[in-house]
Amino acid sequence: MNLKTETIEGFDIAKIRSDFPILNRMVHGKKLVYFDNGATSQKPRQVIDAITRYYEHQNSNIHRGVHTLSQEATDAYENARAIVARHLNAKHTHEIIFTRGTTESINLVASSFGKQFIRKDDEIIITAMEHHSNIVPWHMLCEEKEAKLKVIPFDDNGLLEMEAFKKLITTKTKLVSIVHVSNSLGVINPVKDIIRIAHEHGAKVLLDGAQALPHMKVDVRELDADFYCFSGHKVFAPTGVGILYGKEDLLNAMPPYQGGGEMIKTVTLEKTVYNDLPFKFEAGTPNIEGGIVLGEALNYINSIGLDAIRNYELRLLNYATKRLEEIPGIKIFGKTPEKAAVISFLAGNIHPYDMGMILDKLGIAVRTGHHCTQPVMERFCIPGTARASMCFYNTTEEIDVLIDGIKKAIQLLGE
Amino acid sequence: MSIQETENEIIEEFSLFDDWMAKYEYLIDQGKDLSSLDDSLKTEDRLIKGCQSRVWLLSEFRDGKVYYRADSDAILTKGLVALMVRVLSGQPPEEIVKAPLEFVDKIGLKEHLSPTRSNGLVSMIKQMKLDAFVYQTKNA
Repeated sequence: MNLKTETIEGFDIAKIRSDFPILNRMVHGKKLVYFDNGATSQKPRQVIDAITRYYEHQNSNIHRGVHTLSQEATDAYENARAIVARHLNAKHTHEIIFTRGTTESINLVASSFGKQFIRKDDEIIITAMEHHSNIVPWHMLCEEKEAKLKVIPFDDNGLLEMEAFKKLITTKTKLVSIVHVSNSLGVINPVKDIIRIAHEHGAKVLLDGAQALPHMKVDVRELDADFYCFSGHKVFAPTGVGILYGKEDLLNAMPPYQGGGEMIKTVTLEKTVYNDLPFKFEAGTPNIEGGIVLGEALNYINSIGLDAIRNYELRLLNYATKRLEEIPGIKIFGKTPEKAAVISFLAGNIHPYDMGMILDKLGIAVRTGHHCTQPVMERFCIPGTARASMCFYNTTEEIDVLIDGIKKAIQLLGE
Repeated sequence: MSIQETENEIIEEFSLFDDWMAKYEYLIDQGKDLSSLDDSLKTEDRLIKGCQSRVWLLSEFRDGKVYYRADSDAILTKGLVALMVRVLSGQPPEEIVKAPLEFVDKIGLKEHLSPTRSNGLVSMIKQMKLDAFVYQTKNA
């Protein structure tokens, strides 16, 4: 197999890289090699231009003005909602709720679904590989409602233990909230099976798709997910905007999350009548620019094609895994057949902080530490890992730079 | 040797290196030379938690001076810990409390004290000064 990524048919890596201006910058005198895409993605020119265009031509408040600018901004914002709905294959556009990000989406469900449907002794199931943002809201809810939080374990490779899940789930389980793609291990969880099993027991399922959306096609109807969340900034849009998808009947049955403008139909001093979906869950002036630009960002990845992206990133993953495994003493965490292009690793006894600091000096950006998944690190009895999370604008040449950097770090830091 | 004199000595040592790698090699050597704390001393109450690396600090007051011992699980952090111990250990508490500790900046390693690195070093320096302040107050 020819691993030179430039030769992949129909995938113009030079053109794609030229869309991302930041990739040209230097760090400590070296060309930036950005492998921290799991933390946040870089932004293409199309997205950066869309931000400028919004402020130069459309800026105004939405859903309330009769003037032209407000109408245009409202149309652009609602058009972005429709783009998101199509991207996820949602049945209705009003099943798409704009939030500040995945964390707020999960908190919205914990608060609102929790208020309506969680009672004393009910159960919520998560996995042992959740991001803290899919653990803490459930701790808070369970404490308040005297409900029980159950955890699906995973094996040494990062594979969820499905037999354990089947034993954990009962008729008292109201919600299963799990990560689609693990941010710290890169493993893609068998979410379709989990959803099927959960539904057989009458439980709803929330998927944290923050690490899935940038890398693969997600079809909420094919998955039959009840809730799906993701963040704009990990999918080439700005920070401060995210999405909660929810099935219409569920969202209708849930009370509002926050009170304020936008989410009301009528307000007297005695009583509020809430607005319909999706506005019921969107109190206050939203991140208008972020919402509009999120639509542009999804258009951008669709113009490349998610199948092509997945295919290309799998080649990066396989190449990086092969090259890393050539280095003596490297241990990779997360080794399942189905993975996103994320490699969490340790080199011998070298602390990930030391590894990250040396790589930074070489212009290479990786994430180090516990990646907001402390229970995963506890599971493996390690302080953290170094994580290279790749994206379709990365190249095999950059992987070679990373490998040389790791070797240099080992040479400097090794006993 | 006073705090300032030790700081100057370190600045002079680092001035010999003209690239980051030589500096880091020296820092790593400093870390390796600092004797590790016995595991039994690495207790929760002595732990200074950083998001990225962990630091353990012990201090004692003897003959009007503060003596520190410290350790870290990351070697670069430990190198800086070693420099801090070298500068502050064996000094009178009133000198430690008011030490500006500008040498880290001057040797070009300020990035390790950035709050985003979250390696426990900034908290360790605070704790070293706080310990000194307590001894100073008790001693007064």
